[in-house]
Amino acid sequence: MTAAQNTARMAESVKDAAIAAFLVAVLGFFFFALRTDIGTGGLDLTYRWGLWLIAIAITFGVRLALNLFVFKAAKPITSGIKITVPSGVTSVVGRFLGPVLLIVALCLPFILMALFPNRDRQFIDLAILIMTYVMLGWGLNIVVGLAGLLDLGYVAFYAVGAYSFALLAQYFEIGFWTALPLAGLLAAFWGIILGYPVLRLRGDYLAIVTLAFGEIIRVVLLNWYEFTGGPDGISGIPKPSFFGLEFSRTGGFADFFGLDYDTIHRFIYLYYIILVLALITNFVTLRLRKLPIGRAWEALREDEIACRSLGINTTNTKLTAFSIGAMFAGFAGSFFATRQGFISPESFTFLESAIILAIVVLGGLGSQVGVVIASVVMIGGIEILRNLGFLKEIFGPDFEPTQYRMLIFGLAMVLIMVWKPRGIISSRNPSAVYKERKKISSDMVAQGEGH
Amino acid sequence: MEYFLQQLINGLTLGSIYGLIAIGYTMVYGIIGMINFAHGDIFMVGSFIALATFLALVAIGISALPLILFITLLVAMLFTSAWGWTVERLAYRPLRGSFRLAPLITAIGMSIVLQNFVQITQGARVKPLPPQIQGGVTLIEGVTENGTIAVQLSYMQMIIIATTLALMIGFSLLISKTSLGRSQRACEQDQKMAALLGVNVDRTISLTFVMGAALAAVAGFMFLLLYGVIDFYIGFLAGVKAFTAAVLGGIGSLPGAMLGGLLIGLIEVFWSGYFSVEYKDVAAFSILVIVLIFMPSGLLGKPEVEKV
Repeated sequence: MTAAQNTARMAESVKDAAIAAFLVAVLGFFFFALRTDIGTGGLDLTYRWGLWLIAIAITFGVRLALNLFVFKAAKPITSGIKITVPSGVTSVVGRFLGPVLLIVALCLPFILMALFPNRDRQFIDLAILIMTYVMLGWGLNIVVGLAGLLDLGYVAFYAVGAYSFALLAQYFEIGFWTALPLAGLLAAFWGIILGYPVLRLRGDYLAIVTLAFGEIIRVVLLNWYEFTGGPDGISGIPKPSFFGLEFSRTGGFADFFGLDYDTIHRFIYLYYIILVLALITNFVTLRLRKLPIGRAWEALREDEIACRSLGINTTNTKLTAFSIGAMFAGFAGSFFATRQGFISPESFTFLESAIILAIVVLGGLGSQVGVVIASVVMIGGIEILRNLGFLKEIFGPDFEPTQYRMLIFGLAMVLIMVWKPRGIISSRNPSAVYKERKKISSDMVAQGEGH
Repeated sequence: MEYFLQQLINGLTLGSIYGLIAIGYTMVYGIIGMINFAHGDIFMVGSFIALATFLALVAIGISALPLILFITLLVAMLFTSAWGWTVERLAYRPLRGSFRLAPLITAIGMSIVLQNFVQITQGARVKPLPPQIQGGVTLIEGVTENGTIAVQLSYMQMIIIATTLALMIGFSLLISKTSLGRSQRACEQDQKMAALLGVNVDRTISLTFVMGAALAAVAGFMFLLLYGVIDFYIGFLAGVKAFTAAVLGGIGSLPGAMLGGLLIGLIEVFWSGYFSVEYKDVAAFSILVIVLIFMPSGLLGKPEVEKV
């Protein structure tokens, strides 16, 4: 490389970094440099030139460094750390990833108890949360990944499940295990009711109508005060029992099995309930893919017109996808209600739908393992960001790390999608094969009419 | 009757704001076929920029209100356009030609980013701005058993409706007469062919985002003046309503977006006026569902032709 080339590269990098810094200066002017606050007699305007200049300087520096060493470098430093995995290893990993994850999931509470004896409750609680999202992701995967119908209001069925159990418990004193199937059935029923009018709609019309349904259900829950408690929500939702044994201090689970009473028992129990529910979702999905109805879903996703020409009843196919997906959300919802003991419409906002959809798409549409990885990364990531108290020592006591949580979450969504538009898992297992069973690239799979 | 007329005026005002935001959705959808979920938050960013500009202009001692309003409008449009351009450049352009769910997810991500960025830098509390434009004209005065009832058209409402009308006319001319409008329509029909004929597709798409953001900034400023209260979360509901309006009118169609916006505004205001305020969103969304059941491509949308 000649000196002239080097100078040109340097000049180009500096110019590019200057443009980026200028952009940040323009964009950030009204947000970094000026700040409005409620003061005496109206709004006060405060100036923060220091913050603005720091933001510009950081942008310039980072962009310049990236340009010099990665983007425009003759030999990017990232080329040194490029990991080349032999294809044999990936197929072995692909084959054993599922079973290994399953074994880890089965032993997880005991691993956590052994590794973190002081914080085990917190970690098991986090595992329960992640597992709930895995289950929701698998449920939505049926609708979006298999049938190819874009559903932006999936959280509505989650809410139906949660409220079904909470209301049944409140008005009829029904326990968790009786209410669970009822909640699933009710959610599936709502899936059919909401699915019916949208059958004729295509693409983004479908997306907005499902979003609208999600909002309608939330607004009704919020305003029907006499029945649902409105914004106050419903509290005192009963905990699940273990074959009639409560997890109480005396005369319950611990006494019956001769164990010392410990609140951790209930956490472990809840973990296994959601694990079993999630595994049922996965199992049912995998089995359904081999049945005519599952084949019809995937055919619908690939080409609706061809599907109709071959005599498949697209109405029933779409409705079953909607209602089965909704049913699993209903199960997950009633589990959520019993785990929290308190629910309110706050928990069922559009953001929740967006997170579930993001998990499905980021993991790789239609990939079951992808959903697990994306849930662990995204939900686990959010929770880790909650515990960044040590940053206070660096940036001073005014620094509140938790408020950056969702900002980083949003950025991560954008970055992962730009990096891998087809999701983290980039291969799919076709349901039907001609000669030999092999994985195909996700680019070969259509996205359905919803997209 | 007077009550009805008053609600009609209020509904048209609100509908104009929705319509301005809806144009941004419908243009982007028309040209690249994606739901720009961050557009509602661009509207929110626009109203924050307008608020800061307004206060800054007052602080440096400009006292003529029309001048302040005019400068604020221009500054808000300019800076919000920069935001619109940046969002497109960062989150959508790298995914051009990729499958259609990817930009939807980055759009939702950008929406979360914008909301939280504004919340962190400007605080989570609401920002109240006292009404700046007061007064109005009384159109009709009627007598009922409870006393007199007057139909008021405030100057604020006049400004909003007039600005929206002017922008709509200017905009339609821009699309139908200028070369930019021609290249936009060309990209809408066939991007590859437009590129072959020498249209700079990337630049056209960027400009579409810039125009949408500028209109959203106008809407944000109007919203700030009309309601006097903004916070970092206003973008979500306004965005969903405006998108509903765009779909109701037939997504991809500019007059449809305006019509849909007006309809959604009217439905909301009449429902709140005659039935219940709490369920106004339910009413708007229910009308959307009912219209779509009978007219699956919206009121003015072209039905999609399925080709095998």
